[in-house]
Amino acid sequence: MLYREAGDFKTTYAKDQQTFPIAFDRWGYFIMLALAFIVGPMIINDYWLNAVVLPFLIYAIAALGLNILTGYCGQVSLGTGGFMAVGAYASYKLMTSFPDLSIIIVVLLSGGVTALVGILFGLPSLRIKGFYLAVATLAAQFFLVWLFNKVPWFYNYSASGQISAPERSVFGYAISGANALPHVSYLFCLSFVVVLAWGARNLTRGANGRKWMAIRDMDIAAEIIGVDPLKTKLTAFAVSSFYIGISGALLFAVYLGAAEVGEAFGITKSFLVLFMIIIGGLGSIFGSFAGAAFMVLMPVLLKNIFVGQMGWPTDLAAHMEFVIVGGLIMLFLILEPHGLAALWRTAKEKLRLWPFPH
Amino acid sequence: MKFTKLTAVAVAASLLAGPTVAELVFPSLSYRTGPYGANGIPFADGYSDYFTLVNERDGGIGGEMTKVVECETAYNTEKGVECYESTKGMGALVYQPLSTGMTYQLIPKVTADDIPMHTMGYGRTSAANGKVFSHVFNYPANYWNGASVAVNHVLSENGGDIAGKKIALVYHNSAYGKEPIRTLEELAKKHNFELSLLAVDHPGQEQKSQWLQIRREKPDYVFMWGWGVMNQVAIQEAANIRFPMENFIGIWWSGSENDVIPAGDAAHGYKALNMHAVGNNFPVFADIQKYVVDAGKAAGAGDQVGTVLYNRGLYAAMLAVEAAKTAQGIHGTAAITSSMMRDGMEALDMTAAKMAGLGMAGFGPEFTVSCENHGGPGLGSVTQWDATSKSWSQISDFAPSDMDVIGKLIAEDSAAYAAENKIEEGCK
Repeated sequence: MLYREAGDFKTTYAKDQQTFPIAFDRWGYFIMLALAFIVGPMIINDYWLNAVVLPFLIYAIAALGLNILTGYCGQVSLGTGGFMAVGAYASYKLMTSFPDLSIIIVVLLSGGVTALVGILFGLPSLRIKGFYLAVATLAAQFFLVWLFNKVPWFYNYSASGQISAPERSVFGYAISGANALPHVSYLFCLSFVVVLAWGARNLTRGANGRKWMAIRDMDIAAEIIGVDPLKTKLTAFAVSSFYIGISGALLFAVYLGAAEVGEAFGITKSFLVLFMIIIGGLGSIFGSFAGAAFMVLMPVLLKNIFVGQMGWPTDLAAHMEFVIVGGLIMLFLILEPHGLAALWRTAKEKLRLWPFPH
Repeated sequence: MKFTKLTAVAVAASLLAGPTVAELVFPSLSYRTGPYGANGIPFADGYSDYFTLVNERDGGIGGEMTKVVECETAYNTEKGVECYESTKGMGALVYQPLSTGMTYQLIPKVTADDIPMHTMGYGRTSAANGKVFSHVFNYPANYWNGASVAVNHVLSENGGDIAGKKIALVYHNSAYGKEPIRTLEELAKKHNFELSLLAVDHPGQEQKSQWLQIRREKPDYVFMWGWGVMNQVAIQEAANIRFPMENFIGIWWSGSENDVIPAGDAAHGYKALNMHAVGNNFPVFADIQKYVVDAGKAAGAGDQVGTVLYNRGLYAAMLAVEAAKTAQGIHGTAAITSSMMRDGMEALDMTAAKMAGLGMAGFGPEFTVSCENHGGPGLGSVTQWDATSKSWSQISDFAPSDMDVIGKLIAEDSAAYAAENKIEEGCK
């Protein structure tokens, strides 16, 4: 009844093949974008930005990247944290070596550098699959963290080993550094998310996406029908690392401002992003966003309920957070192993017929 | 700007929605969970208990009740930033993040938000230069003072000459652990000793390879810059390789009861630096027993009273309270803002008489803070662990550090920070 498909006939191929064929979906998407771009900056404040919104936007980009690699192409990767570190350090070196370079170019170039590093660490995928590839990417994670700790050139020989983002601005508004206004950082990251998500959606439903999915489903059969595994797997690593590198650069420059590689880009980051795509749904763009929202919002929500409303001691609240988030993850995987995206898809399927059962 | 006005209205509305009580808010960015929780708990307890004592015994500071807002960070920088953002709107007067990593993050933020930060004996050492770091204070001593005091102690044990000796530094592989390296390298050149550096990755549970290397190299002394679980593992490993404990000197963050008790008798003789007194032989503890513990208002489990890190939390809280009193005196109002608190901290004069009046005579050194010197006198003492009586005892007085070497390094590092961030040096 709400999802009116009756009478909606498509007369061109372009309209038939669009991402949101149902008018309700299309309107919803544009309204949501309008709200995000116009109303968002008006209501955002420092706390919401730093606690919830910026991490959500940044991890959504990382989740999109990892979903392309693991969800669409089937190459398990535990190196996300290390690749984010590459993005962050690349952006740091670019910002300090070329102070006049625009921050937008810096972020895109950091993504490019990470793509190259990703291709390098993706080479083992041509020989090994599944669990073994996960271990190879784990090696990438630890190697990259060690590298950024060991070679002083990466942190400009600073005594503390920390890198801190100098102040940069876009159109006169500060983006990085302590003087950045919340609505400016918000719009900056939101623009990146929208452009990258649009790119990811179109890549994954085009020829590249179909090649990736073919490799994921049965790589030997894919090779037989003419999908080049070398090019396909390496492009998956390249595109995925591009996204993850941008996410790392934004995490460092816009969100954290200063980073220590062992703490900010450790193995826990890799697991976090992996959990996001598993909970959200492998092989789904919406799933990346849903998973990122879940993993970012849950701890903050629980903390505000336990400590803020119920007045529990902080250590008890922190421990219960672990228990509850872990329990919810297990519950989700039992009830809906394909993640939140599958729940969403099922809900939409039912809504298309509602109020009729079939 | 249209947007900021609307956000200001929204923020003001959300703030007004909460209860507005005229209180002095002291946020406590504590960590009671995670691998550093064992050391974070006593500090947070001590910090909280002192404010409870001030409320119960004195009726607040200048008539204004204090409120400690705890926020769990688990020693994680991202959570620390979230805690900072969530508490800064409550009228927070001073931040003590108890983490060097978080300090580096917060330095530009607190300066932009006009809230002072007290990084007592940790954080960015060059913040001692108040002309560059207007909102960051690290009195009464910092890491470079600590490194120098440790070297001075070694010098005093060897009659002033340690040429040719080997000193190994076992450090936490983070900004915190790397802090003393520059100073130790300068001191190594000055006193002709050999310095070797051994990094231990977070969280410090795995140290076998580092101690195997120590066993091979056989340094004369080992200095440790550890925190959390790394401390107790290091002391256990040192005991395993039978390293003489009296030659093992830890910084003040590596010298607490929970670091040495797990190794049992093998830890006897381990030394650690300190910047305040140890033990509970002070009249203030009787007050704490009466007004806080017996009244059931002790923070946490109430079992840490008198431990080294509890005393440190107490000391940090005492310095904050005295700075608040100074601020109230300067500005003539009891309801001070964070800006006034900063002024109070910059004018703090900690005399022996003041400490005696608080029941803490001799708890720490005498010092004054000024715009040029946010780092205090840089005095440190050496304490030693006695495994039979399970107590720390101070074996040397508060001794000065080598300010010739350190002063130059502070000037150099703060000038570099000022250049990088385009800060104009000057005093308010």
